[in-house]
Amino acid sequence: MTYLRRASPLHAARAGVGAAYCAALVIAALVVANPLVLAVLAVALLAAGAGAGVASRVARSLYLSLPMAALIVLVNALVARNGLTVIARLGDAGPLGQLDVTLEAVAYGAKQALVLVVIVAAAALGSAAVNPDELLRSMRRLTLRSALTATIATRMIPLLALDARRIGEAQRCRPDPGGRIAVMRAVTANALDRSLDVAATLEVRGYGSARRPRRAPAPWSRHDLAFALAAAAIAAAPFALPAAFSFYPSIHGSVGARAWLLAGVLAFAVLAPFAQRRGIAR
Amino acid sequence: MNAFELSAVSYTYPGSEEPALRGLSFEIAQGEFVVLAGGSAAGKSTLLGVASGLVPHFHGGRFDGHAEICGMSLREHGPAALAAAVGTLFQDPETQVVMGTVRAELAFPLENRGHSAVAVARGVEEVALALGIEALLERSTVDLSGGERQRVALGAALAGRPRLLVLDEPTSQLDPVAGDELLGLLRRLNEEWGTTILLAEHRLERCLAAADRVIALDAGEVACDAAPGGFLAWAHEHAGALETPGATLVAGLGLAPSPVGVKQARATLRAAGLLPERQEPAQPDRAPAWWRRPRAQAPQLRLRHVWHELSDGPAILAGVSLSVAAGERVVLLGRNGAGKSTLLRHAAGLLEPTRGRIDRAGPVALLLQNPGDYFIHDRVGDELDAAALERAGLAALADRHPRDCSGGERQRLALAIVTAGRSPAVLCLDEPTRGMGRADKALLAGELIDFSERDVAVVVATHDPEFAAAFATRAVLLAEGRVLADASPAELLSGGWYFATETARILGGHLGILTPAQALAELAAPSAVEHSPR
Repeated sequence: MTYLRRASPLHAARAGVGAAYCAALVIAALVVANPLVLAVLAVALLAAGAGAGVASRVARSLYLSLPMAALIVLVNALVARNGLTVIARLGDAGPLGQLDVTLEAVAYGAKQALVLVVIVAAAALGSAAVNPDELLRSMRRLTLRSALTATIATRMIPLLALDARRIGEAQRCRPDPGGRIAVMRAVTANALDRSLDVAATLEVRGYGSARRPRRAPAPWSRHDLAFALAAAAIAAAPFALPAAFSFYPSIHGSVGARAWLLAGVLAFAVLAPFAQRRGIAR
Repeated sequence: MNAFELSAVSYTYPGSEEPALRGLSFEIAQGEFVVLAGGSAAGKSTLLGVASGLVPHFHGGRFDGHAEICGMSLREHGPAALAAAVGTLFQDPETQVVMGTVRAELAFPLENRGHSAVAVARGVEEVALALGIEALLERSTVDLSGGERQRVALGAALAGRPRLLVLDEPTSQLDPVAGDELLGLLRRLNEEWGTTILLAEHRLERCLAAADRVIALDAGEVACDAAPGGFLAWAHEHAGALETPGATLVAGLGLAPSPVGVKQARATLRAAGLLPERQEPAQPDRAPAWWRRPRAQAPQLRLRHVWHELSDGPAILAGVSLSVAAGERVVLLGRNGAGKSTLLRHAAGLLEPTRGRIDRAGPVALLLQNPGDYFIHDRVGDELDAAALERAGLAALADRHPRDCSGGERQRLALAIVTAGRSPAVLCLDEPTRGMGRADKALLAGELIDFSERDVAVVVATHDPEFAAAFATRAVLLAEGRVLADASPAELLSGGWYFATETARILGGHLGILTPAQALAELAAPSAVEHSPR
């Protein structure tokens, strides 16, 4: 997952605001209990990915999160014992006792899976559309060394992945390719060499005497303001417009006007900042 | 105040018994452009480490003597403090770019010094404009080509407007075009900004014309410290491996002074009446009529309309067709990203073509760019059996760690590994001369010729035209994944500006002469300039 440079309103917003927007989506996913609202939020997130020009990245994250989502549904269906509506009796399962699958457990598992999907998609949107350098630079005022270490780590991950692929290719060229352990040793030794090279580069760039950066006030752009407002609205809406929904012991909740109102507000807050297309190229 | 001043400096790396530097004493004045010359393990990189403060503060070890860099004593100032006055550029662009975007990379050294946001922004803009990389500012550093990344690393080194710029073979991983661009930039920085340059470089013919002075090191000692002309005269007498092709040519003709560049070599030859007035280009090899052709052998390697198309990306190879016969020695030339490495990976079966077909007459041995990737043991002796080590001339290194070998030794060891225990039909090498001195290159060229004489087809991708001229019997120029030209080295390496040897550039491509030896044979003969084309 790496940052993709695109001309989009989210990319044009300052990194702190972009990160807050994605964090607000995660908060909303964790707070909202209503599956209808969650489903609308997931669709809105996909649309936001398209608005930011990173739809394929967000869609791929959904695809990758599906196995984990399916596992959550399965485990919850087998383990949860709180529901009243039995839809399948699986009989005696030894130490686990009698296994009865209930509609409520399946529905709750599906809702939790939907939460996971929204969180993963929000994280994918953030990693593709929020500039990590800018974000870490703003963090350096708070915690200088940790932010720099995080910066270097994010740079080293793709570098080491490339090295591992290169060493793997070289080993395939040997008439007697080394065993897995030998290759692992070679990769590790190479990673240590790389770390030393990067450390030497950091030294000669003055990292050893790094000082806390001064405050760099910058005027708020229309995109900064729009996404900041959207983030506040997304985080506040589930508290301000609760659409209660409970799964146990039996399913009770609103899929009526309240739920649609919250879903509508969230979808509007998620997508409205993308309507403004002025000044998005960087 | 001098930019760099050493007094009786000796240095030994931790765990080593032999000093890497021995009693060095010299001064480099502000604004000088100094080239460091010397073979492998002569101490060039260690000396550059002293200039940037990495030696001894980062590497440890025993340091004797006194060093002063831009008025700062090395004993009291480490690399971070020296970074305010010294910019450093290493060989490998990959590990020198640490941030995610070009703008962040250029801002990083300025921010470390606690500059205000305005000063950082101004510094970034200025250095980007100076190096012509302003269009890259918002690009991700992951997406940059090798040449672009090296320019960005140079930008980061220059961002604080250092008084001394230290560079360790910065062009070794660049194609001739990008390498010449980088050296042109250094010259401009030296002339217009007054930046003192200390540059270690193996391909001296590329940089001597810009230099004020050359310091040659041998086993950690100063062997020669002179102006470029004086250095070349010294090299002719004492260190032939450091002599440039132009100097070899002029000295071989009994002329003086030793030329520091193509322009001076031409002037010397013209004054002696030896420069051809009209350059006759190399004649293209004409295929004999079909009834005179020998019965064609099946090629060792045959690529038929090979495509390599990335999903969601460009075509790296676009319909390449190429046949290589037994005993042929083919050099692949082209800019970074032309498709040379991809073609070799296809030849060896590491990649499968998305379209097209590849036929191989037998095993294909491939030596990739980094020989270190092939080593999996802690001893050279464990990588190969004793007989193979003996054949590779590495028996004396059996107990050494492979990573402690010199660049040339590592290359020979990796070559021995990929060819051990089998007789390859095709031997492919990808940029085998990176960071190699002239002596090691000559050894490698000899080895490749030995392989071809055993009917192995040899295919080498390189940016080094001098090396190509030394071993190749055929040259192929690639661009954008296509074969642009497929001709004799005399035809291909004599006609261009970038993909041409120094001798060819001096003689303007006359008769397809590529090496000083060929030129001496032509020019030393009576009425040399009236020879008919070959």
